[in-house]
Amino acid sequence: MDIGKILESLVNNTRTVKRVSYVVLALTVVIDFFISRHHHVFFWEDIPGFSAVYGFISCVLIVVVSKALGHYWLERSEDYYND
Amino acid sequence: MIDWVHPSVFLILGALFLPLFKGKAQRIYIILLPLLALLTVMLMSPGVHGVVNFLGFELIFGRADKLSLAFAYVFSSAALIGAIYALHVKDVSQHVAAFVYAGSSLGATFAGDFLTLFVFWELMAFASVWLIWSRRVKASIEAGYRYLLVLLAGIIILYVTTGSIRFDALQVRDAAFYLILIGFMLNAAVPPLHAWLTDAYPEATVTGAVFLSAFTTKTAVYALIRAYPGTEVLIWLGTIMALYGVVFAVLANDIRRLLGYHIISQVGYMVAAVGMGTALAINGAVAHAFTHILYKGLLFMGAGAVIQMTGRSKLSELGGIYRYMPVTFVLYMIGGFSISAFPLFSGFVSKSMEVSAAADLHLTWIWLLLTLASAGTFLHTGLKLPYFTFLGEDCGARPTEPPRNMLVAMGIAAFLCVFIGVYPDWLYNMLPHEVDYHPYTATHVVWALQILLFTGLGFFMLVKHLGGSPMISLDLDWFYRKGAGIFMQFVYRVVVPIEDWFIQVYRSVFRGNLALGIKGLWLDKNVIDGAVNAIAAVVVRCAGALRQVQTGQLQHYALVMVGSLLILSLYSLF
Repeated sequence: MDIGKILESLVNNTRTVKRVSYVVLALTVVIDFFISRHHHVFFWEDIPGFSAVYGFISCVLIVVVSKALGHYWLERSEDYYND
Repeated sequence: MIDWVHPSVFLILGALFLPLFKGKAQRIYIILLPLLALLTVMLMSPGVHGVVNFLGFELIFGRADKLSLAFAYVFSSAALIGAIYALHVKDVSQHVAAFVYAGSSLGATFAGDFLTLFVFWELMAFASVWLIWSRRVKASIEAGYRYLLVLLAGIIILYVTTGSIRFDALQVRDAAFYLILIGFMLNAAVPPLHAWLTDAYPEATVTGAVFLSAFTTKTAVYALIRAYPGTEVLIWLGTIMALYGVVFAVLANDIRRLLGYHIISQVGYMVAAVGMGTALAINGAVAHAFTHILYKGLLFMGAGAVIQMTGRSKLSELGGIYRYMPVTFVLYMIGGFSISAFPLFSGFVSKSMEVSAAADLHLTWIWLLLTLASAGTFLHTGLKLPYFTFLGEDCGARPTEPPRNMLVAMGIAAFLCVFIGVYPDWLYNMLPHEVDYHPYTATHVVWALQILLFTGLGFFMLVKHLGGSPMISLDLDWFYRKGAGIFMQFVYRVVVPIEDWFIQVYRSVFRGNLALGIKGLWLDKNVIDGAVNAIAAVVVRCAGALRQVQTGQLQHYALVMVGSLLILSLYSLF
């Protein structure tokens, strides 16, 4: 089994990889409607698919907030400390 | 019959004989030392060993209980993996420094009193800066000095606050309580005391950074678990830390700087768990430190392999090399999945204990923010870094796989990451408290997969905006890199008078008491002066121009500065 070849075929079939990924994403949410829940600490534990939404929002939030901080405040040219 | 051997003996004393060996014998010796240390830890029986009476102080070198043994186990494993990874390196001084560094970390782990702890703590700082200087480029030398300066400042705080007392949970909340806490927090890289890490680690040698990623911050986590369990302020500090690392990782372009910010983020979880202080939280902190050392080492090894084989370290200059380094890519990804806490990987069974501990305490915001930070971990370490390094646009580099020893070291770390993920009881049996935690419930697995996979969805939707740009981002190291002038003023107006004051205090307070007197002199000579000299040396480098305006005590200190510069330069073998 050649790891290089497997990777190569994955990269060459992005469309298939994408389709499979979407199915997996959907499945994780669908399954969430059918599992029994034991823990009851936070109310959102009872909402199926909550963590999918929370994960997506987290990702976007981190990118937007960090990029804004960088753009308006923190980013400098690479020679900044050498001047 | 010797019934107890300190594992550091092999690493610290053993390393000194390393230059006597050549060629194949040397390579065998390099593997043998950490292997012996690991075996010593595995065979060690719990109890208090190595109690030495020194000038009226009881120094404890070998407190072996479940907590110290768990850390010692992973520290010596990391030393072995790091040694295999560095086996091809011809520069003997780097091997010696790495072993002394790992050995002093083990020494700190088994220390039963604060004095012993701090001596090893200081040795760690000196040995580790060697790994930064050994790269022998200007940026490394300068970053190394800044690193040493900051760590020594923390050590001064530690030394001035304590004598030789038992290294256990501190009960009385006096000034010493908070000062030692600050000293520990500095080594754990808790913001705002964190910038030394991301400033210095990217400048270390390829193999040195692997060692650095394992020991300093996690020894500090161990010290916090030992002395500060249940200190509430750490809950919020740790959570802020977890987020801080994630935010800055978005802006990082250097791959090891990005990974450095994720050390800060990950250690944040551990610090928060120490603050929670429940049995589950402490178990979580130990388990997370254990797994973190292995997968973070693996990630640094992967990044190091890329840097060594391509000569490039920036996301904006990398891409498309999966064709040439497929094995490195796959092994890196195992580290990436582990740190992101995917089911069946080690982060899933360790980090989740800390998050569950927050839920048990009904810490709603902490729980939400730690979960948000874990989305960020996958975003950078599992997606952004590998995507723009190994996939993405072809950068034109045509590297090969790294030397076999580097791949073997990565393979061992990757195996352990998966092994712990699949068989968590192996790890749970080592934890300080009885474990009643089951990571593989349907709700937990589905929950984790949703968070991670939908983070992935977000990444690929935003991927156009996430590539590295040839920029650097400011962090709090600005204050001592750009603020050198202000710092000079601080040294001469505050530090020097304080040192004079300490000399007075030692002379008057400890007069007539021989034992304490000797200790006072020793402290003053070796620690305060040593640290001030190091600070002075850095100041000379940072702000040479400002030197002329200083008057008065300068002559006295100039001699010391030059002397310490010489010694420090000798260390870096220039």
